[in-house]
Amino acid sequence: MSKDMTIHLKYWKQAGPDVPGHFEEYTLDTVNEHMSFLEMLDVLNEELQLQGKEPVEFDYDCREGICGSCNLVINGQAHGPKAEVACCQLHMRNYKDGDKITIEPPRAAAFPIIKDLVVDRSAFDRIIEVGGYVSVKTGSAQEANALPVEKEKSDEAFEYAACIGCGACVAACPNASASLFTGAKLAHLNKFPQGEVERSNRAVAMVDQMKEEGFGDCSNFAECEAVCPKGISISAIAEMRRDYMKALVS
Amino acid sequence: MKLDSKAPEGPLEEKWRKHKKEMKLVAPNNKRKYEVIVVGTGLAGGAAAASMAELGYNVKSFCIQDSARRAHSIAAQGGINAAKNYPNDGDSIWRLFYDTIKGGDYRSREANVYRLAEVANEIIDQAVAQGVPFAREYSGLLANRSFGGAQVSRTFYARGQTGQQLLLGAYQAMMRQVNEGGIEYHPRHEMLDVVIIDGQARGIITRDLVSGELKRWEADAVVLATGGYGNVFYLSTNAKNSNVTAAWRAHKKGALFANPCYVQVHPTCIPVSGDYQSKLTLMSESLRNDGRVWVPRKKGDDRHPNDIPDQERFYYLEEKYPSFGNLVPRDVASRNAKIVCDEGLGVGPTGLSVYLDFRDVIKRDGKDTVAAKYGNLFDMYENIAGENPYEQPMRIYPAVHYTMGGLWVDYNLMTNIPGLFATGEANFSDHGANRLGASALMQGLSDGYFVLPATIGNYLADVKPGTRYGTDHNAFIEAEKGAQDQIDKLLNINGKRTIVDFHRTLGKIVWDNIGIARNKEDLEKAIKEIQELREEFWTNVYVPGEKNNYNKYLEFAGRVADFFELAELMAKDALEREESCGCHLREEYQSEEGEAIRNDEDFSYVAAWEFKGVNGQLQEELHKENLEFEFVELKQRSYK
Repeated sequence: MSKDMTIHLKYWKQAGPDVPGHFEEYTLDTVNEHMSFLEMLDVLNEELQLQGKEPVEFDYDCREGICGSCNLVINGQAHGPKAEVACCQLHMRNYKDGDKITIEPPRAAAFPIIKDLVVDRSAFDRIIEVGGYVSVKTGSAQEANALPVEKEKSDEAFEYAACIGCGACVAACPNASASLFTGAKLAHLNKFPQGEVERSNRAVAMVDQMKEEGFGDCSNFAECEAVCPKGISISAIAEMRRDYMKALVS
Repeated sequence: MKLDSKAPEGPLEEKWRKHKKEMKLVAPNNKRKYEVIVVGTGLAGGAAAASMAELGYNVKSFCIQDSARRAHSIAAQGGINAAKNYPNDGDSIWRLFYDTIKGGDYRSREANVYRLAEVANEIIDQAVAQGVPFAREYSGLLANRSFGGAQVSRTFYARGQTGQQLLLGAYQAMMRQVNEGGIEYHPRHEMLDVVIIDGQARGIITRDLVSGELKRWEADAVVLATGGYGNVFYLSTNAKNSNVTAAWRAHKKGALFANPCYVQVHPTCIPVSGDYQSKLTLMSESLRNDGRVWVPRKKGDDRHPNDIPDQERFYYLEEKYPSFGNLVPRDVASRNAKIVCDEGLGVGPTGLSVYLDFRDVIKRDGKDTVAAKYGNLFDMYENIAGENPYEQPMRIYPAVHYTMGGLWVDYNLMTNIPGLFATGEANFSDHGANRLGASALMQGLSDGYFVLPATIGNYLADVKPGTRYGTDHNAFIEAEKGAQDQIDKLLNINGKRTIVDFHRTLGKIVWDNIGIARNKEDLEKAIKEIQELREEFWTNVYVPGEKNNYNKYLEFAGRVADFFELAELMAKDALEREESCGCHLREEYQSEEGEAIRNDEDFSYVAAWEFKGVNGQLQEELHKENLEFEFVELKQRSYK
């Protein structure tokens, strides 16, 4: 068996949205290299409870990198140091004995803190609500193979559709922009002939909603692409801006 | 209690069509007078909420996650079945029906399963129209692959993320209805009770998981699409928040719980590495298309797997099942992994894993071809296990994955409580004693898009539009009080053991005794152990924090309390079923080669349990729905 590591943690505590938060510190000395990052936090919470202290709240669910619930900012990086890995699949073998780790929530005006490391990302739902779909009612679809789609286009659509809605892009962006999230949905649907019909309206509605929610604009820092656990390309943003401008002048 | 499946008479292929023709309809201008609550936003709940709102009903949708898009359907990897027969390899609706009913070891209803196979084609059409990026051929047409337990290629897929893509399709359809005003959407709300007035489901009680506030909601019908109960095992491939609470609380209000002992254990998961383990990660079954499963022939052979020559490797699935080989159904693959490990042939630090080896396919097709097919899965494995599957075999072991049991429903997906419906994994209906790969997505969406929106109208047509009792009705007050009392009780115990500690201990009892193989002695022992641990839970659990605040541990405490009761029912159900079928292997009822032996004479029924109380022991009364087979001949399953 591998030897236990000692890890010095510094994590954000905040009782609610309207009260100031602060960092707390704790040293864990039973961290195993096979643990996931969130399992390490489970161990922290077990120890805290046994000492009668309040555990730290964080969002998680599937723990296999697909539900998009977890969104910790670890040592300043959304989802931590590993490229294209959500923090639930980040394993402690990426750290060494004696490391110091700071854990914060994603910080953005459009993602108010609920408690500790848990934030409210309902703004993302509202962006999808205004147009992130093909308007097809149940039962009104045609036979699936009646509409061939080039394999390359369909594969490209998948790349954008893979977004898990975690909000790492927002956390990493100096403007706290949701452009990668919004652009990815537009790029996904635009690749299909059935998505083409609503292309312009969709771009305008979703971009306007993004602004309304208090997300910033894109200044091409590309930090979002660097932290995206699904490796989504910022080409989506270029396409979104083109479509938005085109829709406004046409 | 007489259980009427309400399956229509007549030829198999006419049943659903005939039923649709005969069901009552609600007039368009009346639809808006009905309120329907849908709890859960996975494939079954999301699709149902969207489709019913499109029809004009007022839908209220609830989920425990912070967004409907995160429901656990999102994690399904492999694919979705439909008998489109695009590959021209002899598939048909009949064959999909037959494979599903045989795969379920003849413990499901013919009429339901046929309908599922029939509706599956429409699901693919619907998903494609929504923009779901299924895999395609260079022709631009849809691609198919084969999946465990089937000899045709009927599985549609979107890389290893089919569940995600289908769920996002349903979620987006739902969000469109939120925008149009057809759905009132409540994420971060947990259902704690169902409200029954005059014998009919009339609403629910929820806890707002942010503020802690309990709320009352009234409606004309309630749909539970709240998923399965695999997390009773503590370790499973389920998401951490998946739970049985909504279904169980409905059960305690009178809804029958059917076949709780039917639990699917998925054969290809990454093995447990230590006590801190919080969940198990599934590696898609599609890996068995090319990977070869083996263990060393010699006990305690601790050589590096690459140094063990072929003649000293035991390719046990290929040897025992020459015609299906590594592609045997999940229950058979899981059971055989357990058998070889029990014999001491298991590998890895704990001896509880077997090899899944890609050496031969890499040699045959090249690393690039293998990477194109399985690259993301290989990366995921390496990330978690720290070993490179291109260079040495993966280590895998079975893990709890899906629960076939659930709330008893009739052909209309309605429980025995009028107005209370259950869909998707939350019901028991279509998979019998074992679910085939790529069938869960099919069932969730079939229920959600096509079955429930039709059958709920048939029920509502008899409910007077605009019937309202008001949420100050006694039934609401009492249900809310029950939920409140339990929360207060949990917070006031102030014991010494954490919730996770109790849950982990419970999970181990359930896994060891109600897992891959069961026997009378172990099941009786498990019932005792569960009862004792449950008693300790209620006197010695420590629940931190407050009730009027975001408090995940308080949520968990309530869910673990329900798992404690469900676990006992699972043991009772497994004990009562003195036969082996599908995933339920009773060691007393197997052939010398370890194959399940069914007893159709005595056990060809759905075991539907009625809650009678808990007083140290769980009190439940068994009701039986006999399964009659008019169209298929019952055979002993053989994959040899």
